[in-house]
Amino acid sequence: MNVLSEWAFIGLFFVLAPLLPALPIVLGVALAPRKPNAIKTATYECGLETVGDTWVQFKVQYYIYGLIFLVFDVEMVLLFPWAVAYRQLDMFAFVAGLIFIFLLTDALFYAWAKKALEWG
Amino acid sequence: MNGQRRILPKIIGLVVLLAIVGGGIMSLGGLTGQECFNNAAGCLVASGADPTLANLVTIALGVTLVATFPLLVTILLIWVERKIAARIQDRVGPNRVGPFGLIQPIADVLKLLGKENITPAGADKLIYNIAPPLMVASVLLIWAVIPFTPYHVGADLDIGALFFVAVASIGTLSVMMAGWSSNNKYALLGSFRVVAQLISYEVPLALSLLVPVMLAGTMSLVGIVEAQQGMWYVFMVPLSAFLFFISSQAETGRAPFDLLEAESELIAGFNIEYSGMKFAMFFAGEFMHVFTNGVLMAVLFTGGWSGPFAYEAPLLALVWLLGKAGIWYFLSLLVRNTLPRLRIDQLMNFNWKFLVPLSVANVLVVALLLRIIQDTGLAPAPELATDFIANIPQTVVLLIGNIVMAVVTLVMLRNQGRAARLAADEPAGSAAVPAVGD
Repeated sequence: MNVLSEWAFIGLFFVLAPLLPALPIVLGVALAPRKPNAIKTATYECGLETVGDTWVQFKVQYYIYGLIFLVFDVEMVLLFPWAVAYRQLDMFAFVAGLIFIFLLTDALFYAWAKKALEWG
Repeated sequence: MNGQRRILPKIIGLVVLLAIVGGGIMSLGGLTGQECFNNAAGCLVASGADPTLANLVTIALGVTLVATFPLLVTILLIWVERKIAARIQDRVGPNRVGPFGLIQPIADVLKLLGKENITPAGADKLIYNIAPPLMVASVLLIWAVIPFTPYHVGADLDIGALFFVAVASIGTLSVMMAGWSSNNKYALLGSFRVVAQLISYEVPLALSLLVPVMLAGTMSLVGIVEAQQGMWYVFMVPLSAFLFFISSQAETGRAPFDLLEAESELIAGFNIEYSGMKFAMFFAGEFMHVFTNGVLMAVLFTGGWSGPFAYEAPLLALVWLLGKAGIWYFLSLLVRNTLPRLRIDQLMNFNWKFLVPLSVANVLVVALLLRIIQDTGLAPAPELATDFIANIPQTVVLLIGNIVMAVVTLVMLRNQGRAARLAADEPAGSAAVPAVGD
């Protein structure tokens, strides 16, 4: 198979992958009874009427974790090509990778020292 | 009691029977139409079809086959998982429907088909309905790049490993969508935690994935399996395998990392407002994810399909792959059923203050050792790359490096634990417990 048909396979897979699990759901909707009423569709929380808006503001800690994750995610994207070619490269590649990883690990330790990784 | 004990020989008997049947089909496949078995497009063209059309039909057939296979395996896995969990907890497990309760999952599916789909008032309907199929799709898509045998692979992408990281993160999105759209505070709290947990554990997952990529010199999973013909990577870099195993366990959201469900705290987490088949899809996705992780462990660290007669009999290669995956899957179930749930702050500390620094150090140490191996000529010559003996020198060097790293980590952890205990023993009001590495 050539490169194009590899990607045709992936493209078709992206179409089929959500469709296959959607099939039993559609079948379930077709077969199951449908008798909604106000009590049944009420929010399932404590047995009491829910108070206030559900879509509340969230803890800022989640956002900080998201930022640190972003640092490492970008690092990974840049490290994968380095890893693929690594066996063909010389000592310079190791030092370059070392400096690059060091800069980002430095950021992790900075966040750590600033108590950004504390959940409390 | 006697009846319970006798189940093991029955299971072994069943496995032997399946092996015999599989072997029979395999030898049939070997005798008749090897051409059609290994190259469907070529077979179609040979029987007079238009090449472009033949290619398209083959791709469509391949996609259907590769996408349906894990779904069918999942039906069996539900039974396997319940049976193993029951054994660990000293119960019998499903044993009423069919022989050994084998038909139980099918009975469950039929029951779920008849359950009403309740959509909560105030739900964001579109997002609410898209989330469950997306959950299964995110796991299914991983199978597109898995090499099943030397000749059968969905798509041999050059960026297979990166593709895995990319599609696996769709699952996070699906959980977030489910929690947000349900209009339920518990569901929302659950999905907040999930996103924090899943994105955090993606970092050590991808960093430990770098190591096999570095060793094989390719991101293609087919290439990684072929590079392991001489020596499995689990013997070269056990620490990476360990890190990948832990973080993939966390990615599935199972105990000890099952904060996204946390039955006793969040009633069920993100999927609380789902019922019927939509609810079932979240669980199908989870069951499949655990086995898919087993397959990935097999492909990345224990040589995928490689084994005796893998090239001669492709179906036997598939048996090797699934067998290895089954062992990793069993280990994962063992972890799930024996360890208690972590608290959210412990979970995040464990990731950011232990797994991430360790996996970064792991990448650097393996890089340094590989440089030494290349420069001192310990690496096998290109034509001997698949030879077992030629791989021994570099394996020994890498293994010693890994053991040293593991010992250093354990010593650091011990000292840290001792310092924390001493600080805790001091009278209240004294210095707080220092963080790891402070």
